[in-house]
Amino acid sequence: MNYLLDALGWIADPAHLSGPDGIPTRMAEHLLYTLVAVALASLVAIPAGYLIGHTGKGRTVAVALTGGVRALPTVGVVFLLALLMGIGSTPPVIAFVVLAIPSVLAGAYSGFEAVDRATIDAARSMGMTERQIVAKVEVPLGLPLLIGGIRSATLQVVATATVAAVVGAGGLGTYIFRGLRSNDYVQMLAGSILVIVVAIVLEVVFATVQRLVVPAGVTAGRPTDSRAPTLRSRASETPLQEGTQ
Amino acid sequence: MKITTTKKGRLTVLGAVAIGASVALAGCASGDPLDSGSGESASGDALVVGSQAYYSNEIIAELYAQSLEEAGYTVEREYQIGQREVYVPELEDGSIDVFPEYTGNFAQFLDDSVTEGSPEEVEEALAAALPDGLTSLPIAEANDQDSYTVTQEFSEENGITSLADLEDYDGTLTVGAPPENETRPYGPPGLKSVYGVDVQSTGIDDGGGPLTVKALLDGSVQLADVYTSSPLIAENDLVVLDDPENLILPQNVVPIVSDRVDQGAQDAIDAVNEVLTTEDLQMLNAKSTEDKETSAAIATEYLTDKGLL
Repeated sequence: MNYLLDALGWIADPAHLSGPDGIPTRMAEHLLYTLVAVALASLVAIPAGYLIGHTGKGRTVAVALTGGVRALPTVGVVFLLALLMGIGSTPPVIAFVVLAIPSVLAGAYSGFEAVDRATIDAARSMGMTERQIVAKVEVPLGLPLLIGGIRSATLQVVATATVAAVVGAGGLGTYIFRGLRSNDYVQMLAGSILVIVVAIVLEVVFATVQRLVVPAGVTAGRPTDSRAPTLRSRASETPLQEGTQ
Repeated sequence: MKITTTKKGRLTVLGAVAIGASVALAGCASGDPLDSGSGESASGDALVVGSQAYYSNEIIAELYAQSLEEAGYTVEREYQIGQREVYVPELEDGSIDVFPEYTGNFAQFLDDSVTEGSPEEVEEALAAALPDGLTSLPIAEANDQDSYTVTQEFSEENGITSLADLEDYDGTLTVGAPPENETRPYGPPGLKSVYGVDVQSTGIDDGGGPLTVKALLDGSVQLADVYTSSPLIAENDLVVLDDPENLILPQNVVPIVSDRVDQGAQDAIDAVNEVLTTEDLQMLNAKSTEDKETSAAIATEYLTDKGLL
């Protein structure tokens, strides 16, 4: 309990609230890593995931690949890249993109897969082109699951962005690693608390967004919906559970 | 009632087992489990050489051990014994007779008021802080301590060979160092107060290893905190900046010996310590980290080379 109070005191200390090593700067670095990494990962993973989801091809390869990538220890990737490219923010960003891709990819393709086949057949029989089916049926209906994937990717990156500090690239991990190495556990705990706060705030934002993007009348992505569970909604819950681990 | 009786019965059995076990363990304790060769007459006089769980320290211990054997002593090796909290009590109770140590850190471990001084001053402080029954032999020239290094190019271009020269450097100075450097007395605050230099610290968490050196070679940082015994210094032609004001606590290699180490044995250890330089230490460490040789092979090679075997 004492440590916790000391850590909160550390966070509130005006000396830690400004300057290049201040909490606002470190938090901004941390958020920037997260946003840049998730944005770049989305740029790669959403089109790829949509392609897999729409065609139904390459799913096995994608699952195997992303599963393998998930097993990569990010801190090792950061070190390896830093040894190749030098210190700075590039190695951590690449490592975090690699970390974020699997969740976003899974969200994208499972979003498409969760769409009821009957709905797609109906769209097709109404004369929609493949492009229209993707744009008007699959994307909107798969959106809640995609947002779910981005949400869990964001959470993973927020928690892992602490390792940017091991190569001197800032972020909230700076407090954690400095505290750890100099037996300053108050500083270490303060850094951890700040990461947790950022993670919770982002979770709330995403939860809200996820509810907002659900088209009217769609149950997918609303696991708490009281309507009778269908195969569709059960399938849609799987990636969400995976992401929150 | 029945349940209570059963419980009591169980407790009695447990108690009996516990007592039995304690007696059995006490029986074991009367024989020293580490003293493997107590049957032979020679090993009663064997000197026990210990080392930290640090490869460089083990190499130094092996140098002492082989030199002692050359002088006719029987040696038992107890290497890789973790941290000071573990092996210092063993030194004090006489389970270990010879242990290579580093002046500054060991003096500070025994007496935390030791925070600065020249190598000789720290050597004296250590001798004074040692508990009864332990002696420190003369220090080696070799040391294994934090140091600020620069590239050869940076040193020549700016005429910088010492921390005192940094004050005249125009431009920002960033030091690549483990995260704890920022809060250590020799970190940025110490550089400012002792040498009047403003430096920023970039935490690189690889203990002055390859990544820190890469950052220095890339020019991402101008200074790097690298251990003086690191093979990377020679490998990359780095210049270790002099520290005329002794900002960094000296860590010379110093043998700590028990009363069982007689004059002849002390001379054998001294013979090694007299020739051991920091450059030698870098070279010996490189043989371990790069060529993957064993400490025994490295020590034999070195001592033969120096005419000590």
